[in-house]
Amino acid sequence: MILTADELAVVGLSLKVSAVAIGATLPVAFALAWVLARKVFPGRVLLDALVHLPLVLPPVVTGWLLLLAFGANGPVGRWAADWLGLHFMFRWTGAALASAVMALPLMVRAMRLSIEAVDPRLEQAAMTLGASRLRTFTAITLPLATPGVLAGMVLGFARSLGEFGATITFVSNIPGETRTLPLAIYGALQLPGGEAEVTRLAVIAVALSLAALLASEWLVRGREGRGHVL
Amino acid sequence: MSFEITIERRLGAADIRLDLAASGGLTALLGPSGAGKTSVLNMVAGLLRPDRGRIVVGGDVLFDSAAGIDLPVQQRRSGYVFQDGRLFPHLRVRDNLLFGWKLASPADRWLGLDQAAALLGITHLLDRWPRTLSGGEAQRVAIGRALLGAPRFLLMDEPLSSLDAPRRAEIMALIERLRDELGLPILYVSHDRGEVDRLAGQVAVLGDA
Repeated sequence: MILTADELAVVGLSLKVSAVAIGATLPVAFALAWVLARKVFPGRVLLDALVHLPLVLPPVVTGWLLLLAFGANGPVGRWAADWLGLHFMFRWTGAALASAVMALPLMVRAMRLSIEAVDPRLEQAAMTLGASRLRTFTAITLPLATPGVLAGMVLGFARSLGEFGATITFVSNIPGETRTLPLAIYGALQLPGGEAEVTRLAVIAVALSLAALLASEWLVRGREGRGHVL
Repeated sequence: MSFEITIERRLGAADIRLDLAASGGLTALLGPSGAGKTSVLNMVAGLLRPDRGRIVVGGDVLFDSAAGIDLPVQQRRSGYVFQDGRLFPHLRVRDNLLFGWKLASPADRWLGLDQAAALLGITHLLDRWPRTLSGGEAQRVAIGRALLGAPRFLLMDEPLSSLDAPRRAEIMALIERLRDELGLPILYVSHDRGEVDRLAGQVAVLGDA
């Protein structure tokens, strides 16, 4: 199967949107996971619920909320445009933002579980050997949590590739800018005689998702071979 | 004086109190399970804070509630051998051994990797992963890791409890060598009278005694 230029553009955009979404979310997701796993503070349950909200909200509502907050006149959107020069409306960056928000709960969940699984007694042992808190984190906590961090990234990436509702609500379906794979499939379905195109795009979607899953399996196995206990 | 410990700490329903002045060598801390022996070690190491009291090791004040002194765990330079080993599972034996050594200032180091490995008979294990070690091997690596961290004193929490009889004899002989050859003050927790009688110069009993 040889991809047409349009299909290549769709796949390329999907990969770019997902990669940027996951890359930018990674530090945020890890910080949230760490705070939720290790810190007890007032409002923890509320924070936990907020992080999980995109998982249970109708995606169209998430998209609409993003529109309110990040639109040209939204409070965050105006701030980002003025101070960072970042525009989200009808741009691929907006598609990445929608993907990031939808992927966040899955990433935080996976990372949080892996941080909770790190034995605090190992961290204590490191501290008796002279390791500062930061050093303990980078030398003990982080490496031991790595399989979960990788799993969270792959889950988030896969979720991001499939993101539809929030994206189409927030940034519409613009070829070359916000038309990712699911949006292209939806678009093809709307056209008379688009079935052949839908089939081709669906095959690509299956192949990409499968590749992401196999890549994650390979990553985690590779680490286990280096002595990790999963 | 090696250890001068006067501490009180309430932990749940238990009330831990200890008044100990040890002259040197190996001091055993004896008591039934649940008496707070491990908590005492944690307080000396700096992992647990006493409600009040004073902890002095080799003349250095580590904790003094009256004077407001509470040295952070990283600066106490304890060599803590935990009951459950606690080797870092993602590091090979060599990197476990060198973990504290790399963090110690060069002037404080008094033991090298080769020397420690020879002393403990673990030279052939350096490239192994902790999960592939037997109980006795893991315990020797744990002792080596504590010694290489350039400690000023050792804390040992029932280091023999997870071992079978032949391994116990082997590690006990090793601890006797450490006691006699290194001259480090050792605070040794146990609930086994026989073990304590053989190793300890001085015994403190925690709990109902």
